[in-house]
Amino acid sequence: MILHAVERILQTLLVILIISFIAFMLIDTLGDPLGLLLPPDASLAERQALTERLGLDRPLLARFAEFLAGLPRGDLGISYRTQEEVSGMIAARLPATIELAAVALLISLVVAIPAGIYTGVFPRSRFARAIMFVSIAGVTLPNFVVGILLIAIFSVQLGWFPSFGRGATIVLGGWETGLLTRSGWHAIILPALTLSLFQMTFIIRLLRTQLMEIGRSEHIRFARARGLGEARLWFVYALRNALLPTITMLALQLGNIIAFSVVTESVFAWPGIGTLFLQSVQAADIRVIAIYLIFVGIVYMVINLLVELLYPLIDPRLRQRHA
Amino acid sequence: MRLRLPRLAPLRGAPGAALSAVLLVVLVLYALLVPLVAPDPFSLGGLSIMDSFTPPIWAEGGNPVMPLGADDQGRNMVTAMAYGLRTSLIVGVFAVLIGLVLGGALGLVAGYAGGRTDALIMRLADVQLAYPALLLAMIIDGIVNATIGEARSTLQAMTIVILAIGVAFWVQFARTIRSSVLVERNQDYVSAARITGRSAGAIIGRHILPNVMAPVLVIATTSLGLAIIAEATLSFLGIGIPLTHPSLGALIRNGANYLQSGEWWIAIWPCLLLMVLVVAVNVLGDHLRDYYNPRLRGRS
Repeated sequence: MILHAVERILQTLLVILIISFIAFMLIDTLGDPLGLLLPPDASLAERQALTERLGLDRPLLARFAEFLAGLPRGDLGISYRTQEEVSGMIAARLPATIELAAVALLISLVVAIPAGIYTGVFPRSRFARAIMFVSIAGVTLPNFVVGILLIAIFSVQLGWFPSFGRGATIVLGGWETGLLTRSGWHAIILPALTLSLFQMTFIIRLLRTQLMEIGRSEHIRFARARGLGEARLWFVYALRNALLPTITMLALQLGNIIAFSVVTESVFAWPGIGTLFLQSVQAADIRVIAIYLIFVGIVYMVINLLVELLYPLIDPRLRQRHA
Repeated sequence: MRLRLPRLAPLRGAPGAALSAVLLVVLVLYALLVPLVAPDPFSLGGLSIMDSFTPPIWAEGGNPVMPLGADDQGRNMVTAMAYGLRTSLIVGVFAVLIGLVLGGALGLVAGYAGGRTDALIMRLADVQLAYPALLLAMIIDGIVNATIGEARSTLQAMTIVILAIGVAFWVQFARTIRSSVLVERNQDYVSAARITGRSAGAIIGRHILPNVMAPVLVIATTSLGLAIIAEATLSFLGIGIPLTHPSLGALIRNGANYLQSGEWWIAIWPCLLLMVLVVAVNVLGDHLRDYYNPRLRGRS
């Protein structure tokens, strides 16, 4: 058990190391710090001096080690596009992205859990079929199309919500939040809805399949035979078993949600990490792209690892199998 | 001699899938035939500023020649979307082909060779799986653009997008083919071929490959839907195919600029077309998956 955990942690670290190395190689081969930091008419001696000061003449692995050591300290280097510290650029935009993701998750949970339970318990009812039909849209429609359609209806036609930006924000202890103002809430509704649609349909479909499967299983049939009420049966016995895999699968979808947030932020001109990444791709700002590559990789790998390690702690059936 | 109809058995008894197939044929014909009769609206000769912002035919000021209206440069939306659809289809199909060839080759080798080769290829796949295909395509696109610089032609941009999406998609194919090969390579017919002294390449290509094609076709169909979405998204974000040779995504990007001022048709028609295309491909892909999955066949 512990051996397995250690092995998985080491594997994860190895993958993160590989990702970091790829990212480092990208910066190292494609970026040109001398051209960025020196005037074009710099003499050979000046170039030589800077090369030595930046340590560019040292061996590749030494430079990689230094790059790696800088990561946890937040020393991410300087953007070639804006000449700002990359860590500062990310820190300034992180709250917007986290708030958007959190509100989107909230919306999808509030809508999808009741809808998923309903379609799982009454799969043949007409309303459940209608939900499933609509949910096809959530899996197939491109994220930006959903955003455009929402803007066309709720922003242009009805004029209820703004179509871009965050509204007014308040700085609270270094955290720039839009959730404390009226216009902030107005602005977050449409992008959060756009981002949540994928998660929503994903949760509905998973919960439905899980519940339908569990509904047919022995222990539910047995509980029913003992005369337990239907409500108790589903909510206490079935749901408990269905929720765990659903949460797991949702956690594993995080990568997709990050990708979709880039698109959503672009549609609504949301000033978050996604927009930063997109601007960097457009301007070929290789250092920010590389840092983003590492960032997404670490988030995904760590969540993956946590899910796998926590699973046996939550589900006693797995503990026995692994022992 | 009797005329033989193409084999439509997989579509029998599935009206939704059959309808999707018909719809796809219609869309492909639309994308291929309209450009034959209408001049390219994205060349200088094709646009007419006088007609810019013509609304759809039923609105006031509509023009029967442009039933769906015209965009900001006076391009007929019907023609513009045919050209856009053609670009989207070309990019989608080629991206899937690249993913298929790349992933197929690696999957075949990994499955057949086993051992260290297998481990290396599949670990590479695992690392790549940390990134969703869409994000990866964006990253590859950004990196390639950083290397070759701003000055890129439309053809170059198209090639980059195709490669970016294709490379982002290989893992799916590799995994599927590898697992099929793992099953097939222990079959008697493979042992027989090996005993008769055929080379590994011949065994893989002539004997194993034909037997693992069914699941590959299914994944190819599903991937086509995803590739079209990926391309549309990249172009919409402005990092894919430029407006000089637009795909549906680029058309929507352009139209989104006029959404606020009330010219909704410039963005909404390409949106709807993209939706119909993607839904049709997906319905067909889902159906093929169920059809070729013997465990599911005969149920429902």
